[in-house]
Amino acid sequence: MAARAVGFGLPLAVLTAWVLARTRFPGRSLLSVLVHLPLALPPVVTGWLLLITFGIRGPIGSVLHDWFDVRLVFTTAGASLACAVMTFPVMVRAVRLSLEAADPALEQAARTLGAGRLDRLCNVTLPLASPGILVGGIVGYATCLGEFGAVITFAANIPGQTQTLPLAIYAALQVPGGEATAAKLSLVSITLALIGLLLSEWIGKRLNAALGR
Amino acid sequence: MSLTIRLRHRFPSIQLDIAFEVPAPGVTALFGPSGAGKSTTIAVAAGLLRPDACRVEIDGQVLADTAAGVWLPPERRRVGLVFQDARLFPHMSVATNLRFGLRRAAPGPIRFDEVVELLGIGALLERRPHTLSGGERQRVAIGRALLAQPRLLLMDEPLVNLDDARKAEILPYLTRLKTALRLPVIYVTHALDEVSRLADSLVLLEAGRVTGSGTVSEVAARTDLPLARRDDAGALLLCRVVAHDVGRELTRLEGGGATFWVPLLDAPLQAECRIRIPAREVILAGKPPDAISVHNIVPGTVRRVAAEGARRSVLVEIALPSGTLLGRVTPDAITRLALSPGAPVLALIKSTSIEVLGA
Repeated sequence: MAARAVGFGLPLAVLTAWVLARTRFPGRSLLSVLVHLPLALPPVVTGWLLLITFGIRGPIGSVLHDWFDVRLVFTTAGASLACAVMTFPVMVRAVRLSLEAADPALEQAARTLGAGRLDRLCNVTLPLASPGILVGGIVGYATCLGEFGAVITFAANIPGQTQTLPLAIYAALQVPGGEATAAKLSLVSITLALIGLLLSEWIGKRLNAALGR
Repeated sequence: MSLTIRLRHRFPSIQLDIAFEVPAPGVTALFGPSGAGKSTTIAVAAGLLRPDACRVEIDGQVLADTAAGVWLPPERRRVGLVFQDARLFPHMSVATNLRFGLRRAAPGPIRFDEVVELLGIGALLERRPHTLSGGERQRVAIGRALLAQPRLLLMDEPLVNLDDARKAEILPYLTRLKTALRLPVIYVTHALDEVSRLADSLVLLEAGRVTGSGTVSEVAARTDLPLARRDDAGALLLCRVVAHDVGRELTRLEGGGATFWVPLLDAPLQAECRIRIPAREVILAGKPPDAISVHNIVPGTVRRVAAEGARRSVLVEIALPSGTLLGRVTPDAITRLALSPGAPVLALIKSTSIEVLGA
């Protein structure tokens, strides 16, 4: 579920970050605010917004349901969507910072060497921003595993389908004698978070060394 | 075959109005103080800056003509650019950097092995840019630009960030490139020694205007142009090695229709070289002196006498059969020798005062 959220979210995050970092257009600030909104909103509100938009009677949800027979609410795919939306700002931020650090002078150099727009993006800009993109993906993945509010609101708490770690821990705590399960799950959660952060730190260092920074 | 650049552009602080036409191939130096419009001219030629109005044409091919609505983007111009700061791609090896433009260009005459050999970068191919010295980085950047098979190469003060030792390391490579690859080059600089060594033509820029242009020998010796106002003003002559006198440890050069003796050179006969004769090293005489150590007593005619106010000196343009010498003397010397335009004069130049460049 988290993998799916990052898999779909990250490319979109790179695109959004590129638009925010490298282009100037009238609605740019608005886009930036929209992207970062889930960071500032209570996750339950985000979940509720998803519910009314992607619910079977919502404007997008009804189209998906009636035309493509796809239902998102209370499904694993829905949990992925909720996670993706919640982690999107985190990923955009990481990618945008590294895109802004990637020197536009190098893109100019690539231009004079005959590289067109897409060519420059794929062979110069993105490789230069790769540390940020990877770190964004890993941190995004870790955040997904810990998502609570938006998922429970939009996709509910169905074990094996939409249950994230904190949801499972929360459920365990509701049951008498569930403390042992909760402790075990918490330990898993801590381990995953540590692995994620250490991995991103290590990869970031390796990539930056390769770029001579 | 020629290269034409015309541009007009208004910046908040300065209005640029620059136009020149120079022969191609050949190295044209854009010379002038910072803020004169040199780098802007380069950016316009490369297509990185679109000015209010411009026309860039090389051998009849129009790269930009705002009046006709023609504006080729940089990636389709085939104009190479070597930046001050090299701008190598940090995530690629030297070899991959070198091939970046080559892979994107149509097949052309400039070969990978030839460039690597000319620039002496064969040992660096596997290295990463951040492990290179400043001079090595700049050589790789030059190679990368050349391998993109440009029809015009622009160099924006390529040596400005290097110390004198690194500069001295690169200059011979540039001289070699110049003779090996017949390519039009625009070379931006504010260093006179780079102009003296490399340039065939010279365009002087000041405050957004062209103040003078022509062959480098012509422009250097014009007392009405800013180069001659410098402390290190001097004449530049293109010469050929005519004879070596190994016994006397002297080499005889011919250039500007005159003969010059210089300390023995390690260069083959008929080799071309440039000499620079600083104006303050030139002694003027009315008749030949005897018993004197000076080897070069060059007859010429006074063309122009220009007083240099604050310096309490006078700059004399001396016409040779096909060139010009500059001499800087005191106003008193002018009076004593009765020097005025048209007067015959002898220029006395010590062999050791002649700077031989790129023999």
